[in-house]
Amino acid sequence: MSLFDKFLPIQEARNELLKSGVNPFHVTVEKIISPTEAIINGRKTILVGTNNYLGLTFHPDSITAAQQALAQEGTGTTGSRMANGSFASHKALEKAIADFYGAPYAIVFSTGYQANLGVLSALAGPGDTILIDGDSHASIYDGCRLGGAEIIRFKHNNVVDLEKRLRRLGDRSYRTLIVVEGIYSMLGDRAPLAEIVEVKKKYGATLIVDEAHSLGVLGQHGRGLAEETGVEQDVDCIVGTFSKSLGSTGGFGISFHPEFELIRYTSRPYIFTASPCPSVVASTRATIRIIQTQPELRQHLWTNSRNLYEGLTKSGYILGAEVGPIIAAMVPNKELALTMWQQLLENGIYVNLMIPPATPNGECLLRCSVSAAHTHKQIEKIIAAFADMSHGTQTHISPAHVQPGATLN
Amino acid sequence: MMSYSAILPQLFDTLKPFTKPGFQLKEQTELVAELGLDSLQVMQVLLKIEDHFDISIPLNNLPNIRTVKDLGEEIEKLLKG
Repeated sequence: MSLFDKFLPIQEARNELLKSGVNPFHVTVEKIISPTEAIINGRKTILVGTNNYLGLTFHPDSITAAQQALAQEGTGTTGSRMANGSFASHKALEKAIADFYGAPYAIVFSTGYQANLGVLSALAGPGDTILIDGDSHASIYDGCRLGGAEIIRFKHNNVVDLEKRLRRLGDRSYRTLIVVEGIYSMLGDRAPLAEIVEVKKKYGATLIVDEAHSLGVLGQHGRGLAEETGVEQDVDCIVGTFSKSLGSTGGFGISFHPEFELIRYTSRPYIFTASPCPSVVASTRATIRIIQTQPELRQHLWTNSRNLYEGLTKSGYILGAEVGPIIAAMVPNKELALTMWQQLLENGIYVNLMIPPATPNGECLLRCSVSAAHTHKQIEKIIAAFADMSHGTQTHISPAHVQPGATLN
Repeated sequence: MMSYSAILPQLFDTLKPFTKPGFQLKEQTELVAELGLDSLQVMQVLLKIEDHFDISIPLNNLPNIRTVKDLGEEIEKLLKG
């Protein structure tokens, strides 16, 4: 028995997938054309599974800023900020994201994944408790584990269950961190933040909101669910990523607590990794400016989201809980999901195939993420491709599975 | 405070709906291997047990819970506080 034997079940699962002629978890984008188009399998394909919500990956301001930084500051930083020092541009990016949130303290991380690892592991350690939503992203689970706090899961978006668990903690609730997400990545539903804030206050806990999928999407200024709900002052920390709406890579944490600054000295994912490279920092600073000055991007995103949601609903698909840029069509089983995913790709539409264990409640999902950069014509093509399948060509959803207008909850 | 011996029959009652007809639950019954529960069912069982005993079982402790006895001892420990 070798160390590698544990991979045998994975190998078998992969071989099963390959028998179908495709591997949905190893797609090669042969050429990226724009935020919404690429060449895949030699075919021009509409991308509707990229999380590129505002379509900023090819914005000329961002590209120019990145090119200038590349020429002036070089290709990389070759080390961590603690050891090699921060570039002035790292500090400028931290100021930009802090100003965007109107918060005094911000820390930038090299990826969004590391932002969760870095903030969560530093905030809650041995002797502390973390209450996480059952549908939390893997980076939240991993960040909690890294810190060594006691981790307790509450039922997804269930404030009654959250309160019950806070009550059970007794006095320990004062040393408890509640972690929720603005928009959940699989189904696109939102945390009931106003109610969560009430419970958090009642039990003296600390609240962190991961706005990875809601930054640039929700709120009058695009700051996310906390802004949309009007509770920004009651949220202790916000974490997020630059890799979705901001079209770059990297992550951040912001807070109104002065102690937040000290995370820099205790957070291993901050200390022991290379700092973001100058071109990435420059393009992120550019897109932070763009989302503040071009609110019409958000309006396009919501128009596209409403159109796609409506189109798929009319075609008979059961979708995630609410209208938003993440639109997940539920499919009864893995085999059908794979066949439908493949058919969509052959018709020039790329969506994300999501299957257990990565999904909530064992769901199989064809997950779309809408972009402001999608044209009306592209949205129509996506709807038509889905509609073809629901009307029973190569694949067929039986009437038992089709409940128009039905939602998950 | 509820002892392990008092917890055990209640635990059997809570687990019973998740067993196949005729299956005899014992202290040494392995929760995943013998009951054939998938990860989703394990979470359902845990939620039911947590509500029944009014406790929260930390995720950190789950890797150490293999048998009914392990689960009973974990509940006893949590009830002691």
